[in-house]
Amino acid sequence: MASFTLNGRAVSLDAEPDTPLLWVIRDEANLTGTKYGCGIGMCGACTVHIGGQAVRSCITPVSAVEGETITTIEGLDPNGAHPVQVAWRELQVPQCGYCQSGQIMQAAAVLKEKPDLTDAEIDQLMTGNLCRCMTYTRIRAAVRKAADAMKGV
Amino acid sequence: MSRLSRDPMISSPVLSRRGFLVTTAGAGLAFSFLTACGTDAGDAASAVVYEPTQWYSIDGTGKVTVNIIRAEMGQHVGTSLARILAEELETPWEKVAIHHVDTDPKWGLMVTGGSWSVWQTYPLYSQAGAAGRQALIEAGAAALGVDVASCSASNGAVVSGEKSISYGEIVAKGVTKTFTPEELGALTLKPVADRKLLGQPVQSLDIVEKTNGAAIYGIDAKVEGMVYACPILPPTRNGSQVDYVFDEPAKSIKGYQQTLVLKDPSGTISGWGMVIADTWWAARKAAEAVTLSYSPGPTTDVSEEALQDRARVLMADASVGSILDTGDTETAPAFRAARTTLDEVYTTATVLHFALEPLNALAEMKDGKMVIHTGNQWQSLVLPWLAAALEMPETDIVLKTYRLGGGFGRRLNGDYAIGAALAAKELGKPVKMVMTREDDSRFDSVRSPSVQRMRLAADRDGKVIAMEQHVAAGWPTEVMAPFFMPPGANGVPYDPFAINGANHWYSVGAHKVRAISNDLANQTFRPGWLRSVGPGFTNWALESFMDEAAHKLSRDPVDFRLSLLTGEGRNAGTAPNSVGGALRQAEVVRRCAEKAGWGSALPADTGLGLATSFGQERDMPTWIACAARVRVNRATGQPTVEKLTLVADAGTIVDPDGALAQMEGAALWGLSMALFEGTEFENGEVKARNLGAYTPLRLADTPELDISFVPSTEVPVGLGEPATTVVAPAIGNAIFNAVGARLRHIPITAAAVKAAI
Repeated sequence: MASFTLNGRAVSLDAEPDTPLLWVIRDEANLTGTKYGCGIGMCGACTVHIGGQAVRSCITPVSAVEGETITTIEGLDPNGAHPVQVAWRELQVPQCGYCQSGQIMQAAAVLKEKPDLTDAEIDQLMTGNLCRCMTYTRIRAAVRKAADAMKGV
Repeated sequence: MSRLSRDPMISSPVLSRRGFLVTTAGAGLAFSFLTACGTDAGDAASAVVYEPTQWYSIDGTGKVTVNIIRAEMGQHVGTSLARILAEELETPWEKVAIHHVDTDPKWGLMVTGGSWSVWQTYPLYSQAGAAGRQALIEAGAAALGVDVASCSASNGAVVSGEKSISYGEIVAKGVTKTFTPEELGALTLKPVADRKLLGQPVQSLDIVEKTNGAAIYGIDAKVEGMVYACPILPPTRNGSQVDYVFDEPAKSIKGYQQTLVLKDPSGTISGWGMVIADTWWAARKAAEAVTLSYSPGPTTDVSEEALQDRARVLMADASVGSILDTGDTETAPAFRAARTTLDEVYTTATVLHFALEPLNALAEMKDGKMVIHTGNQWQSLVLPWLAAALEMPETDIVLKTYRLGGGFGRRLNGDYAIGAALAAKELGKPVKMVMTREDDSRFDSVRSPSVQRMRLAADRDGKVIAMEQHVAAGWPTEVMAPFFMPPGANGVPYDPFAINGANHWYSVGAHKVRAISNDLANQTFRPGWLRSVGPGFTNWALESFMDEAAHKLSRDPVDFRLSLLTGEGRNAGTAPNSVGGALRQAEVVRRCAEKAGWGSALPADTGLGLATSFGQERDMPTWIACAARVRVNRATGQPTVEKLTLVADAGTIVDPDGALAQMEGAALWGLSMALFEGTEFENGEVKARNLGAYTPLRLADTPELDISFVPSTEVPVGLGEPATTVVAPAIGNAIFNAVGARLRHIPITAAAVKAAI
């Protein structure tokens, strides 16, 4: 039995301890916005927040998150209107959209940690998230836009 | 209820033993959900519906629901197609919803590929919209008690002088007029000057759900009572047989149920084991614990080198292959008479689709029908395979529609659905199969490696008098859809998707294009249609070679191209699709060169290279040019792309931001295949199977993009692929201009550049 807080709600789930958090979120908690891409932590489609940090849920066993506070794309903002989500919409970043939950969760964690990002830092901190549709130039611009919005520029 | 699970306001998980409470509620609607605006349930006004054609309906509130038969995989295709219809219907955009339909024979050919969607749908949906407008004007005139001639349609209402009546009100009174094909063909479309939607900015209808986790892809599908499955793939794509199953080690894995050995009467798959378990993780772990022993197929030893050697052997035999009808194909006299000749060979490596959503399918028998939940690009192709595999009539098989987590051509081939369907039939319960990323790569329908030989002859004045392009590769259409293969000029059928691009619009005198099917490739893997397909490699060779020819003939590469894009004879173009012909290609070349600063001074070891194309096929030319600015590190050979400048003439642009997004993605795919990705066959299978070994372009290596369109009111043509075809040769040409190194293989590596300097 695994117990943790998921999008503000205490949950206890029956799962084998070695099950990656990704599959528990998707198949047991029924939140499918978090995606399976590579299974080895290298594409970022499975990114969630654990204690506010961006983490790859596909390589995080559920046994490692006992008692932790976990946020998925569905819980990022009660109205789905986090500044990163707003910027993503305004610039129409998504194409197929499959990686975008992970991109948004990565960007939200990065901006919380470091609101004054340089362009080089955006490249460095977002480059671990693969976008197979290659929406990269829009991701770059949307992170900048969200950063500006969060600073009140 | 069906919308509950997709409601962005629901931020907390809704838990149940296996999480079914939410997704099975209203199961009938849950998987045909893709209307962007949802459905209004219940009230009387929305219950009254008028369907001028099968492509859309208008209800008593004036809401227009447009049926979309194309897969949504990132092109915002529903938005583009609905805009075309709404334009002619003269309805406000706010009243439009889109509905991605499940398979049904009434829709005709269901395929999403070839950059065809907008081009093919534009005439159909323009007519359909105009038909509704005319019917509503007639009914509106009657309702208002005025002469039809006094009426016009505007913004969702029929207006006559001071009087007006909304579409909703007209429909609520009852409209039944339908149209024959002849009547549809006779309708008058709006003048270009009266357009309100086409070419105007719009927020695509699928954007919001792709920013809040609500979008539902095939991998997200669930039904009650389903079991999870993970396949065990055989050592060869074709011809392997399972001799023995040893699953004792899996029995200690909690949730493991059993391992099936699938028998596929259609022959689409062979040698598949299917591990069944309570959870996908248990199935995956068990798949690693179960041992299958095989009698493998005949291609266990095939390497990339063997594939390319076979291509060379076939090419060396002049009697092999299909000669395309390119006008005068007798090149031999010109080569005998030539003062200058050039002869070079170009190659490309195996490329994976690597769509981010691994292949998956959920299959269930329901009310006597096999219902398959999966994202797919060519439903009409896989349905007969499924029918043969399941030994059921096609009419008893339904493919439900889902978002695709990337398509790029992989899901034109629906082979991945067969295993899930066979397992569901055998078990008598729903089976949800998800492949691991590594198996998705092993089971990919890769872009075949290719070998091409280019030849050119010029006379004593440096005038080009003949050209040849010989192309050998695996042929996806031969393996999967041979009915799509036309005969060449010599009567031999060819795969147009594996040779397009070579039949270019340059006027070069005698012109021979020979397409050669690599039989060893066709046996070893299922060659795939991969974003831009043939032009992705034919244009690499062609446009690299055009630069080499220009240098050989001491011509500026841009001037050289322009001198051959004269729009004469068969290159003059024809109405409606290629009006203007090669002269439009010349125009994008001129504009691109000017925008990129062709001829201006550049820093040391930095070069500008240009390439151009007509995109996917001569019947649907998308005129395009790309200039790449590339800096080369002489010490390491490492090329860095600093900027890509692209200019396209795609006729009428329906959705400007969507068009731009397609160009961005397609251009960066071209860059990725030029410098970053590619693998090789080893022991009959692809070597790179996951990230780390396979390295598509990442954000940090993404250059500045400058993309523009030539204003046009011509027929809208495709944009999903053409930009992919011009980037690699532009980069290769830029590297040559930077450091004098000529590259003839993609992907281009630093080591190859260094060796060529």
